[in-house]
Amino acid sequence: MWFLSEEQKQLQDVCREFAKNEIAPHAEKHDTDETFNIDAFKKMGELGILGVTADPEYGGADMGCLAATIAMEEFGKACPGLTLSYLAHSILCVNNIQNNASKEQKQKYLPKLVTGEHIGCMGMSEPEYGSDAVGIQTRAVNKGDHYIVNGTKMWITNAQYSDIAYVYTRTGDERKNLSTFIIEKGMPGYSTGNPIHKMGMRSSPTGELIFDNAKVPLENRIGEEGDSIYHMMKNLELERITIAGISLGIAQACVDASIKYAGERKQFGKNLAHYQMIQKMIAEMATETEMLRRFLYTVAYEYDQGKIGAVPAAMVKLQIPKMVTRIALDAIQLHGGYGYSREFPVERLMRDNKLNEIGAGTNEVMIMIIAKNLLDEALKG
Amino acid sequence: MNEIQTELKSQLERFRKEKIEPTVEHDDKNEHFKMELFQELGQLGFCGMTLPEDHGGAGLTYQDLCVALGEIAKSSVSYAATISVSTMVQAIINEFGNDEQKKKYLPSLTSGEEIGAFCLSESSSGSDAASLKMTAKKVDGGYSLNGSKMWITSGGIAKTYIVMARTGEEGHKGISAFIVRDGMDGFSYGKKESKMGWKVSPTRELIFENCIVPEENLLKEEGYGFKIAMAALDRGRITIGSIAVGLCERAIDESISYSLERKQFKKEIFDFQGLQFMMADMATETEASRLLVEQAAKYYDEGKPNQKLASMAKMKSTDTAMKVSTDAVQILGGVGYTSEYPVERLMRDAKVLQILEGTNQIQRVVIARSLKKEYS
Repeated sequence: MWFLSEEQKQLQDVCREFAKNEIAPHAEKHDTDETFNIDAFKKMGELGILGVTADPEYGGADMGCLAATIAMEEFGKACPGLTLSYLAHSILCVNNIQNNASKEQKQKYLPKLVTGEHIGCMGMSEPEYGSDAVGIQTRAVNKGDHYIVNGTKMWITNAQYSDIAYVYTRTGDERKNLSTFIIEKGMPGYSTGNPIHKMGMRSSPTGELIFDNAKVPLENRIGEEGDSIYHMMKNLELERITIAGISLGIAQACVDASIKYAGERKQFGKNLAHYQMIQKMIAEMATETEMLRRFLYTVAYEYDQGKIGAVPAAMVKLQIPKMVTRIALDAIQLHGGYGYSREFPVERLMRDNKLNEIGAGTNEVMIMIIAKNLLDEALKG
Repeated sequence: MNEIQTELKSQLERFRKEKIEPTVEHDDKNEHFKMELFQELGQLGFCGMTLPEDHGGAGLTYQDLCVALGEIAKSSVSYAATISVSTMVQAIINEFGNDEQKKKYLPSLTSGEEIGAFCLSESSSGSDAASLKMTAKKVDGGYSLNGSKMWITSGGIAKTYIVMARTGEEGHKGISAFIVRDGMDGFSYGKKESKMGWKVSPTRELIFENCIVPEENLLKEEGYGFKIAMAALDRGRITIGSIAVGLCERAIDESISYSLERKQFKKEIFDFQGLQFMMADMATETEASRLLVEQAAKYYDEGKPNQKLASMAKMKSTDTAMKVSTDAVQILGGVGYTSEYPVERLMRDAKVLQILEGTNQIQRVVIARSLKKEYS
């Protein structure tokens, strides 16, 4: 992309190389076994990418949304599951602490998160509150020098592996009275539930966070009581742009695999590449991928310039995962029986991508956000 | 639906809910096929439905078979597929076999005691089936089979295999069909495929190394194999279509039940127009597919098989199954992505329906070919 800085191009090269050597060779195995590639995750710490948006004084890379998106695409080509865990750590946990925590809190938590010594997660969704995230019911009751937290968080990426959880709670009956806490592994009354078995993203652990009269010190509260709604929404925009980067990586991996296969597989005496039907599939999936890349990178670039709000973030989150499911299904189809088997990566990529149409806000929620903004005036009539 | 079909359907609905549904997720995860369950379906008469009664079949129509397969597919695409393929094998033996072959092989297949498998694809010949490489060389008293077969549904659990091998020239005219039994010398099983879906139904490679098959196991005559295979696929396309429709119906059922229960923003998610439109499309596409499959089956039953319509039915219904099951996962959201609900399995199971029994690309080739014929 023409507008990438030298630093961003360098990051792209480094991430691509890392993905090729450290992530791709193990992706299939971690998917089959439903295990987390913790070695590669820790090595991301050495690479300096775990705190991609964090300040240098805490060991961060001090880069932005576009840089994070580049990393998501490159890692996503190799293993979307591990990349999702990387996103939960670097964007949902680290970036939230970077942007919203006090200096003391940052000093306490960021250095270990940035090196990978600690693993982070974020807790928002609950069993009864998914799309309706502002309605969450996990309660934090102020007891002076500490809070007592009760409730359950659901679909939490990295839950069982996390040392640090960035958790949204309700501190009042008014709908928007939400407060955030940093909750550490081992705090009394806090535990993680059983792993959740999923269709895809199997190499990314998903679980519950359970609070049973959990005692959380006052100093672990982020900002003021009841003021979390704004920064919760703000971080969701970054999450939506960067998760679309994972889908973009999946699309590119599908294009690459399909081109390779079309050049190798022979039927009726010719490579598949000679058939117009196959040419059409590849030309279209490559065109769509290129279009999506230009869309996403432009939005990420503008996000870093402070130019965009909720709508473009929702638009990339809606359009990219949705089109990539189609692309990945076509890639399986092009591979035929082999595409359906685990010998080739395309069936895994498709299963992984489906999550991106659901997690970080479903397609339907993106449509609501876009429509509400566009129709703001009209809806008053 | 006529009376027989209504009865079949309700019997199978009870059966699948009692016997298949409780362990289906567990079996999917462990890739575990239950022979006893298949045999039970056989005892109830569902494993040889379209075969004449004098060979142990139920003497029913393909329209009846489609109703049954659709119902079973609601709980398990894998068991429906096993029956579909085994029934296809029976139809081949019944149509192309001689009296001894029928007497010898049909009863154990129609009763569901054993499973039949159809073996055409090889590692380098999928869509281009006529280029298959496996050889059958004439030797004293029979044929010596050499080569391997890929993507064989029920490989390893079946006892009777219809195997296509080359006895003569290149191309489709040099292919012959043989009946091979499990346990024959020189016939062994290769690796079991690790697949995205259809996990309960084993897919296996078959390996033939100087496997001597007696002459009496040749079906019809030398060079007849490709015709047999194509005739079988015309039927197979219709039954695969019925499985796709059953899969769609389950996905719709799950979507509607869930969206009437799940509340977000203080109302049932069914009440959001965005989901209503999705479900209206799902139901419409499914109904269109069902009618197409029924029509193709009807033509078949009336003795005027329509290849174009069978291809259309297969393509449309399986494309619909992919779309409808993907949308069902979307409607259920996070829980739809987990193995607690069946929709993610339906989605994984749907994908291969677009690939097997002739990929949907090949169906388009077939459809276009007959369109051209109609105009020239």
